[in-house]
Amino acid sequence: MSIRKQYDSDLEALKTALVEMGQNAAEAVENALEALCTADTAAAQKIVQGDDRINNMERDIEHRCMALLLRQQPVAGDLRHISTAMKVVTDIERMGDHASDIAEIIPHLVTVRKERDPAVSQAIAMGRKAYQMILDAMDALTAEDEIAARRVIAADDAVDYDFNAIKHTLAQEIAADPAKVDAALDLLMVIKYLERIGDHAVNVAEWVQFVRTGRYKDESMF
Amino acid sequence: MENTNVPVISAKDLNLWYGDFKALKSISLDVGEREITALIGPSGCGKSTFLKTLNRMNDLVPGVRIEGDVRLKGEDIFAREMELTDLRRRVGMVFQKANPFPMSIYDNITYGPKLHGVRNKAELDELVESSLRGAALWDEVKDRLKKSALGLSGGQQQRLCIARALAVKPEVLLMDEPTSALDPGSTMKVEELMNELKKNYTVVIVTHNMQQAARISDRTAFFLLGELVEVGPTNQIFSTPRDKRTEDYISGRFG
Repeated sequence: MSIRKQYDSDLEALKTALVEMGQNAAEAVENALEALCTADTAAAQKIVQGDDRINNMERDIEHRCMALLLRQQPVAGDLRHISTAMKVVTDIERMGDHASDIAEIIPHLVTVRKERDPAVSQAIAMGRKAYQMILDAMDALTAEDEIAARRVIAADDAVDYDFNAIKHTLAQEIAADPAKVDAALDLLMVIKYLERIGDHAVNVAEWVQFVRTGRYKDESMF
Repeated sequence: MENTNVPVISAKDLNLWYGDFKALKSISLDVGEREITALIGPSGCGKSTFLKTLNRMNDLVPGVRIEGDVRLKGEDIFAREMELTDLRRRVGMVFQKANPFPMSIYDNITYGPKLHGVRNKAELDELVESSLRGAALWDEVKDRLKKSALGLSGGQQQRLCIARALAVKPEVLLMDEPTSALDPGSTMKVEELMNELKKNYTVVIVTHNMQQAARISDRTAFFLLGELVEVGPTNQIFSTPRDKRTEDYISGRFG
């Protein structure tokens, strides 16, 4: 294989690894929402254990990027792809972390909140939006689609709105019955993590402009 | 593609033929003052031909025909009243292979100034020191100025050639792959020297080393098959080239 072909194949493998890691992070979030919905503590436990896999993927992607920087001294589109991978990999890893954080809360949360609790249902609905943002951000990045990326960034408003609405509900819960503070704080933590997941999806989407144009948030990076 | 800096050299619609072969196709390129402009492109793309046109070294090639306009600070370099020796004093050249004259270090430096009429010993001594200092070679050779230049290392010989070019107080320095025959240490010294030189001189360099162009130049021009495909700030050319051919070349997809 020629040197440039090997380089292209390494870049392709990097993109594939990033897509796979994004899928894993999205799946962890989806599973956490499912475990929350079904009060499945065993499933929650699995999500926590599965986070190591996502962390290892991050290491692997960083290693690939470092090796490419070292051996190929990339320029132009190659440089933009590799530096984008190095930036978004951290956000993807954080999404996985937050899925695991949510899963860690579930065993306690299910003991303090009733089944079919409307606030939990609202949190799950919010989480679905954040989950969709991950999928859309990864798709926009893969397709280098700036319009799709802007839609992801705009979608975060709905997640933030939900966060504030649920937070308000939880505050009212506490005000009405201070004994429920434990249950309210558990769910507040969950929605805070979901809100952060939305932010990380936005961060990923923001790099789409850079990978195409070398500009990040409308400013030249070079 | 316009440069905001005042152009020292301005080529407009420059065409050049070697016999029937058209080596330069309608090149328009401005070279900014006290900037390093790197010319890159695969072998045979016309970058060295363009470089040599700037001090009319191509006049010596049999069968060469040139059309178009090249101006040095507004003066037509092809005009009848342009003295060739004067043009070549103002636009100095350093070649790929160091080519010191087979004489002493001192005589290498004073050869040009003597040719241009400098006779005073003190003035020549001063020129030798300032030129060698300018080429970052003084400390290495000050105790053996009367020794043969051929005894210097490759890297030192190349810096001597740069010193020799500086001795006639040029306005522009043309460098044709000046480090391609040097080891990494000597290459680094010449690159550091170029960085110093651009404080006082305008430098145009042909290089096959992409990383070198990226490291040292302010602007980069990409030539292909006799055409100037793209020119722009070096950061832009190496991060977001506009033309796909530029991207393919700098990232090693051909050439």
